[in-house]
Amino acid sequence: MQDSVGPTNAEMSDPGISRQVVLPLRKSVEIAYNSIRVRFFRSLITTMSLVLAVSFLSFVNVSTDVANGLLATGDPELRQALVRAGYDLKPEDRRADSSPKQRWIVLLSLLVCAVGIVNAQLMAVTERFREIGTMKCLGALDRFVLRLFLLEAGMQGLVGAAAGAVGGAFFALMNGVFFFGRQAVVLVPVGDLLMSLSTATAAGCLLSLIGVSYPAWVAARMQPVEAMRVEQ
Amino acid sequence: MTTTKNIVRVTNVTKTFQLGKIAVHALKGVDLEIPTGQYVSIMGPSGSGKSTLFNMIGGLDKPTSGKVYIDEVDVSQLDAYELAWLRCRKIGYIFQTFNIIQVMTALENVTLPMTFAGMHNDEAIEKGMDLLDLVGLGDRFQHKPFELSGGQQQRVAIARALANDPAIILADEPTGNLDLNTGEEIISLLQNLSHERNVTVISATHDIKMLNVSDLVVWIRDGRIDKTESRDELTISIGRIDARSA
Repeated sequence: MQDSVGPTNAEMSDPGISRQVVLPLRKSVEIAYNSIRVRFFRSLITTMSLVLAVSFLSFVNVSTDVANGLLATGDPELRQALVRAGYDLKPEDRRADSSPKQRWIVLLSLLVCAVGIVNAQLMAVTERFREIGTMKCLGALDRFVLRLFLLEAGMQGLVGAAAGAVGGAFFALMNGVFFFGRQAVVLVPVGDLLMSLSTATAAGCLLSLIGVSYPAWVAARMQPVEAMRVEQ
Repeated sequence: MTTTKNIVRVTNVTKTFQLGKIAVHALKGVDLEIPTGQYVSIMGPSGSGKSTLFNMIGGLDKPTSGKVYIDEVDVSQLDAYELAWLRCRKIGYIFQTFNIIQVMTALENVTLPMTFAGMHNDEAIEKGMDLLDLVGLGDRFQHKPFELSGGQQQRVAIARALANDPAIILADEPTGNLDLNTGEEIISLLQNLSHERNVTVISATHDIKMLNVSDLVVWIRDGRIDKTESRDELTISIGRIDARSA
């Protein structure tokens, strides 16, 4: 009878078995995905600042790509149009690179976004204290919790950043069409455009992961006894 | 059937909390032995050290001095992995607030500890369905927690606590958030499981209904064990209460 109740002391002291507390990656991905799906609007708010910051980054980069595409034609009229649109071009310039001021603004927006993500994720961790505590009572290790939060942030980051990158690029191209006509889209170098999109997406993912690392660490270190708390 | 072995042994345990500059002695030297397969209730007023002792037995807190042995393993000697293992395999937790994971269905809640224990998915689902049948929720396995009543959520929690065939079930005020009838159902369910599966049930409670089914009642007062009563002694004292109130 005793044997069916639970593993014996011998098993407990056997390192092979005592280490056997696992959460397969596939299962973690499933849990993280469901967690985002069920709390969709909560996740949306967490991701929104990222989407906006990444779309700004993407907008700036793709606008530069558009300008480069136009410059590459060597057409003086287009060059004039660019100068009228506010591009600071010297006579010898062959490329319209983003100005230091623009780069600063983009950097600042990304910084603000990172702080926003930390804030939103800390809130999410606080909301889920009981859930995390319960998981720990069921035998979850610190790293399971850490992994779940990182996976969630990674997925949110990927989707949010991709959406932001595409959105920003779309507006940059529309902007180009508005100022320079359809040739703005036609002349865009595709390689540069794809590069800008992937840079923006990667930056967004990285930002999301950096933003969640501290909240996830807080969550992972939580004591299981928190699950016992009665107050909400 | 029942071996005479003690599943939990607490020897001379003290616990001191530091609140600012004041040291609060929550437990002042507790000795307790809980035999395997019994239904044990820890009773005591708030602030008596009941919760502290309870958390200690559950491996959720470590004593300031003294030893807590769960199945003859000294809990304070365990590292993080071994503690997680202990929580996963040896102990099933039931909470006052049910603590069903909100984003998972009833079945997913029950199979989660089995996943942690490394059980294969199909096997876990099969066992999870059996456990939900056992607590009378076999047809509601796909429901989310908010679609279940309090009593049903607590049943899911009981099924989840049994997932890895633990030796101990720790129930912290399991009837605290339930009405009278539902509370009684939960108590009798716990009692049946304790007898059928030879699981030791340890519950911290205010609920007098719990006394009727307990094999052993531990009264805590002011950080010490006031008295421990077995069921035979208890019937007499309850009879006296009834006689007095009649």
